[in-house]
Amino acid sequence: MKDFWRRYRRNKGAVLGLVILLLVMLMAATAPLLFPGSPWDMAGAPFSPPGEMGMLLGTDSLGRDVAAGIAHGARISLLVGAVSTLAALLVGVTLGAIAGYLGGIADDVVMRFTEFFQTIPSFVLAILLVAIFTPSIGSVVFAIAVVSWPPVARVVRAEFLSLRGREFVQAAEVLGKSRLAIVVTDILPNALSPIVVLSSLMVASAILLESALSFLGLGDPNLMTWGFLIGSGRSVIRLAWWMSVFPGVAIFLTVLALNLVGEGLSDALNPRLARQRGAGA
Amino acid sequence: MEASKLPGFLLRRGVKAAIVVLAIVVCNFLLVHAAPGDPASVIAGQSGAADAVFLEQLRRQFGLDQPLHVQLWIYLKSVLSLDLGFSHRQQQPVAALVLERLPATLLLTGAAFAFALAAGVTLGALAAQRVGRWADSVITVIALTFYATPLFWVGLMLVLVFSVWLEWLPSFGMSSVGVEMHGLEVVWDVAQHLLLPALTLGLFYLAVYARLTRATMLEVADQDFVKTARAKGVPEGRILRAHVLRNALLPVITFAGIQAGQLLGGSILVETVFAWPGIGRLAFEALLARDYPVLLGVFFCTSVMVVLFNLLTDLLYAIIDPRVEVAG
Repeated sequence: MKDFWRRYRRNKGAVLGLVILLLVMLMAATAPLLFPGSPWDMAGAPFSPPGEMGMLLGTDSLGRDVAAGIAHGARISLLVGAVSTLAALLVGVTLGAIAGYLGGIADDVVMRFTEFFQTIPSFVLAILLVAIFTPSIGSVVFAIAVVSWPPVARVVRAEFLSLRGREFVQAAEVLGKSRLAIVVTDILPNALSPIVVLSSLMVASAILLESALSFLGLGDPNLMTWGFLIGSGRSVIRLAWWMSVFPGVAIFLTVLALNLVGEGLSDALNPRLARQRGAGA
Repeated sequence: MEASKLPGFLLRRGVKAAIVVLAIVVCNFLLVHAAPGDPASVIAGQSGAADAVFLEQLRRQFGLDQPLHVQLWIYLKSVLSLDLGFSHRQQQPVAALVLERLPATLLLTGAAFAFALAAGVTLGALAAQRVGRWADSVITVIALTFYATPLFWVGLMLVLVFSVWLEWLPSFGMSSVGVEMHGLEVVWDVAQHLLLPALTLGLFYLAVYARLTRATMLEVADQDFVKTARAKGVPEGRILRAHVLRNALLPVITFAGIQAGQLLGGSILVETVFAWPGIGRLAFEALLARDYPVLLGVFFCTSVMVVLFNLLTDLLYAIIDPRVEVAG
């Protein structure tokens, strides 16, 4: 663990990413304290520029506080990012494990299925899913999970393919362990590091996807989200630039932080690769 | 590839593409039936536009009283005869609506793709050449930045800077309204309208291609044939162009093919921001009106375009690189 942190710390960008991410989490956790009351309530005069009328980041067309919207939106972004990634991991790891461990026909079927999902335009499918199942936080999470599991399945399959022929797996087979037990207790723990690295990138792209859906008006109508804030500022950008600029900065910083953390995790979990890259770069 | 093997290869790829298209039709069918409520009201477009007589007619037309597999068969037959349904809201067949908007989307995505590929490969090659120096770091930071920025927000910021503040470029539409123009003037006008949306859509992929080019070039530069060329005394610039870049381009092209679907998905956001009259804008309008037949039609059409594009990259690849496995 100490070793892990030492290697992670060597990547300065990753440390910065972790700090930003912790700050965003802190903002999400303290949003009800920082901005008590609903972010949908009027807090000042409509279209107040940033810094005026005690509004740090200005107000929108209905006098709602943009800063309050961003703080409350952080909760939704992080929640949707985390939950949809977990759901996608569940599907991807299961399918990838089946394909990689069983091989043969099972592998063929699963990989064709995965390829199909990678071919179709995922964003269009996500829009269609949310529209048909009516916009709510549940349908948004579902749609994001449906379009983001294929890379997990591929990575897990590749790991399982290379691990299943190794001696410790053969030993477990000879000992008469059940297949499920071998997969869960022997192979999976050894395949964890690429899955962990991939998950941080998946949370990042889930947050981007959620913001794009809410920007198009497909967010949960009862929840304040970053994408919704930008979407509502779009038509009045000539009047109130702050309405679209600040929520976008929030998305950018959060997604950047997650990408940087992903790189740091990759360095810390694959020390050999990191050294190679360090030598090459 | 040997010329004699090409037809067989094309046939196999064609069959594969046809299966994918069939699967997409089935996917559409399942979506209609998975939707809460009556499939007829989904097909009609939900929000109150359909009257009882029309719904009854739809139920008969799609055989909604028949078993599910018969319904699927009816649906397959109609889609494969290019009948994508009827938009009750716009009082037009969906296929006509989509076809009318297709050229604008092709222009936008084509321009964005060309820009991203040219600029991305150039920047990636520069970064690989100057590994570890400040130019490399700058390019890496730019790539990281565009990786993390929402597409629609980039579009809005470009509008803010170039249309609202500087007033250099138009912020919406594809051509100026109410101005009479001829010949080259029209081209110039469309080009001005195209610049910001194409830039927005292209910037993300520029970052992707730059990173990919840098990584593959560094990989190729380590290989034996490059060392051999260097040992023979081939000038460094020529090694880079003829030996390294050429071989590094193949993965970039493959990746570009894989990402065709994402480019089309992104065009929905960009067309929404810039009111570009393509199928993305059509999808957004259909979304606001909950006009499901149009949404399903856009999904079908974009999927088919991706399949066609992948077929094209396969073919190009097989012709360019003789080592590609025909069986693959």
